[in-house]
Amino acid sequence: MAERLLTVENLAVCFETYAGEVQAVRDVSFYLDKGETLAIVGESGCGKSVTAQTVMQLIPMPPGKIKAGRVVLDGVEISALTDKQMESVRGEQISMIFQDPMTSLNPTMKVGKQIMEVLIKHQDMDKKEAKEKAVEMLKLVGIPKPEKRVDQYPHQYSGGMRQRAMIAIALACNPKLLIADEPTTALDVTIQAQIMELMQDLQQKLHTAIILITHDLGVVADVADRIAVMYAGKILESGSLDDIFKNPQHPYTWGLIQSVPRLDRKTRLIPIEGTPPDLIAPPVGCPFAARCQYCMQICRDQYPDKTAIKGNHYVHCWLQHEMAPKVDNPLAKGGNA
Amino acid sequence: MDRSALINVVDLKKHFVVGKKMILKAVDGITFDIYKGETLGLVGESGCGKSTAGRTIIGLYEATDGEVIFDGRSIQGMDKRERKDFTRRAQMIFQDPYASLNPRMTVTDIVGEGIDIHELYKGDARQQRIYQLLDLVGLNREHANRFPHEFSGGQRQRIGIARALAIEPEFIVCDEPISALDVSIQAQVVNLLQDLQKQFGLTYLFIAHDLSMVRHISDRIAVMYLGAIVELAPSAELYKKPMHPYTEALLSAVPIPDPTVERNRQRIILKGDVPSPINPPPGCKFQARCPKCMEVCKRVTPELKELEPGHFVACHLYDKENQ
Repeated sequence: MAERLLTVENLAVCFETYAGEVQAVRDVSFYLDKGETLAIVGESGCGKSVTAQTVMQLIPMPPGKIKAGRVVLDGVEISALTDKQMESVRGEQISMIFQDPMTSLNPTMKVGKQIMEVLIKHQDMDKKEAKEKAVEMLKLVGIPKPEKRVDQYPHQYSGGMRQRAMIAIALACNPKLLIADEPTTALDVTIQAQIMELMQDLQQKLHTAIILITHDLGVVADVADRIAVMYAGKILESGSLDDIFKNPQHPYTWGLIQSVPRLDRKTRLIPIEGTPPDLIAPPVGCPFAARCQYCMQICRDQYPDKTAIKGNHYVHCWLQHEMAPKVDNPLAKGGNA
Repeated sequence: MDRSALINVVDLKKHFVVGKKMILKAVDGITFDIYKGETLGLVGESGCGKSTAGRTIIGLYEATDGEVIFDGRSIQGMDKRERKDFTRRAQMIFQDPYASLNPRMTVTDIVGEGIDIHELYKGDARQQRIYQLLDLVGLNREHANRFPHEFSGGQRQRIGIARALAIEPEFIVCDEPISALDVSIQAQVVNLLQDLQKQFGLTYLFIAHDLSMVRHISDRIAVMYLGAIVELAPSAELYKKPMHPYTEALLSAVPIPDPTVERNRQRIILKGDVPSPINPPPGCKFQARCPKCMEVCKRVTPELKELEPGHFVACHLYDKENQ
């Protein structure tokens, strides 16, 4: 039986803007087991990054505001910790890597020093020990000539190496949870393949749980154990890798899978018409209703409850209701054939 | 399909001087044809010179060497009048829909600018033409008097497409037209591009780094690496039977959104990064990362040869003496 590492309950986050209050995350709950990889997928603006930053408590307040919700990490309710207490959680128990490795590293500091900083703060190492460990970390993430590279600045690294350095910083204290926010989006495919392989390799070695935030379904199919599909601040569907790809239940998930081209097949793409809703005044009912070809009256009036499909596979959709018309799942049995 | 070439690119080079004795060879001798009515995909990683190639082909950059022949005439030797005619027949759609539209012009001004320059329509006919173009790309007439900032990324890209279509071109260079858009919107724009191609018999040069999308939209694909074309083949053929080691690695690196396929895949993971295109070493451009690099690769630049009908490869592995 897998051990529970992280539980997020009923999270709601909003941002104050001139135009009004943007409801970025609306009642999101999910969990993560030790050593597991959960992928949160969705388009830009769906709230996936805000969710991750809330777990890390990195939301700037103001303009941000956490309206509701609890985050429990390994039995400790970290959402109730003070800023000071949180400092010892960040970097030691949870780490994060970002999309753009150039802007997330400090350009005026040597890479080695940026790794040492974490070690000196969290593990009380002295400078010499920390530097040795920094070289070791750079070696672990596959940077050639780590003894020389440790004294170089980020601009002397290539894009792929910078992301490796970020991973080295994130994993220096062997955290229980690594949050990777679009870690390969800014990289080329051949470098992306290198970084994804490295992350999987390190996960096995260090037994770290990973929350992977991405819009790339290909990357998800490669590395995730479970998937949560987010749209307009809500998780519409969640389940195991096979649940979501082989037997998805939500029309948005269908649309998402059918709108991406595949290298191994050639079919006409089926786009999702329209655009996501404005989260300043989010729709009362299902947020996908306006773009959904199966939309019913009730979808516009009321948000559907969670329905369990099988095991850990959950969906929020009125089509699951016993009175709903039967709809042929375009993706049932073997992916997008 | 009509197999007559609309464009011949002949040993095209574009070098930039970036410092004393430092020459960045962004495009270093590429040769290919683009047939009438086809979509030629141009793929490669960032910095491989694919955008520079597109811009040089359409005349936005002055070529360092080589020729681009459009419908029988070299664009390098055109006089002013011929040049204007060429710019009416060839257009471009840009990557960033935020930076490629003038924020101080309305949609009517943006779409109508080309019509005015080429004096195609005047007065009421011009306005009708603009409405017609907006309908064509899936925008409303009410959008005509709005400014770019009032639109989403996908809508802006539609404005960019309407602008390109306004002067009834035959050839459009699409430089990463969808990479700034969200997945569900990408499909909308790609389908639009395909429909327009069918309707008007357009020829596309489709530049992108997303191999799945390029395979989806292209009839033939050219793979670029550090300023050179390493392989060119019909898209199904390229996927089924990649011959250049770089193409093989590139295809195997692309993740496929299907867990069953992913579990059973063997990846070729390339070592290292793309080297700098400034003062590159002699020989094959791919030598430093190639798992099958030989002695000859470090000395002699391989030529792009037609190994099978329509399938061109630049690699010493297929030289007679190395087999």
